[in-house]
Amino acid sequence: MVLTCDFLVTYSLGVTDDDRVFKALADPTRRFLLDRLFERDGRTLTELESELEMTRFGVMKHLRVLEDAGLVVARRSGREKLHFLNPVPIRLIHDRWIDKYTERRVSALADLKTELEEETA
Amino acid sequence: MSTITEQKQATQVYRVFIKATPQAVWDAITKPEWTERYGYGGTVEYEMRKGGSYRHLPGADMVKAGEEHGFPIPDVIIDGEVLEADPPKRLVHTWHFMMAPDLADDAVGTVTYELEELEGGVTRLTLIHELKGAPATALMVSSDEDPNRGGGGWAWVLSDLKTLLETGKRLSD
Repeated sequence: MVLTCDFLVTYSLGVTDDDRVFKALADPTRRFLLDRLFERDGRTLTELESELEMTRFGVMKHLRVLEDAGLVVARRSGREKLHFLNPVPIRLIHDRWIDKYTERRVSALADLKTELEEETA
Repeated sequence: MSTITEQKQATQVYRVFIKATPQAVWDAITKPEWTERYGYGGTVEYEMRKGGSYRHLPGADMVKAGEEHGFPIPDVIIDGEVLEADPPKRLVHTWHFMMAPDLADDAVGTVTYELEELEGGVTRLTLIHELKGAPATALMVSSDEDPNRGGGGWAWVLSDLKTLLETGKRLSD
């Protein structure tokens, strides 16, 4: 519930989904946590903590930023809280930012090819 | 202990925030006139009660593409049984992919949709796919390959759903 409230606060301030994702990714510890979850999903805080030279509190803080960005989803399973990697925000960024620029590069190369072929013809 | 570990590894979670009401998101998931407009298309049929049937039928374009490439598309792509239905909040059904023979050895999975209404007309949609004993299916639905080459998976389907509800257009438009 606390997370939901936090989410609403940032949402209403006009911070976009993209801002939160980029901010979350701009930290080596958080990227490390994402990589660990990519290797194996559904880990507990204790498991993630054991791979970092950092206090439990520190890891919790980083996980919180990742959750706010939607990159990590925490779910209860019995008495445990499991952390899952959520690939949807990265997919959305990919579609919004990466595709656009790679397409342009590809079409620029295609144009160049046509031009060069015309020259030699 | 080992079964718990296996369960953990066999669960995939996808979450997306959509600027739309839970009812609109629910309709987009459960109504055929919506499902044919995003993701892999096709139409769904739900008997919206516990024990009711769930079927995902291929769209005309998918059948045509299948014919062109020489592999027949079955009449039902995904088959399942509704385990829980609480519109527009929660839907749980089994999920059996019928189209790929290489998935035949996989166990039948379960898909759960959770829709939560947040302030500001935002719905938080969480999809949980339980894939215990279904490693090939797990690989398929988590694919990050190009959707035009058969990849995409849940992340792409949900991104497309979000784009459609928020803009009226598809990702590829």
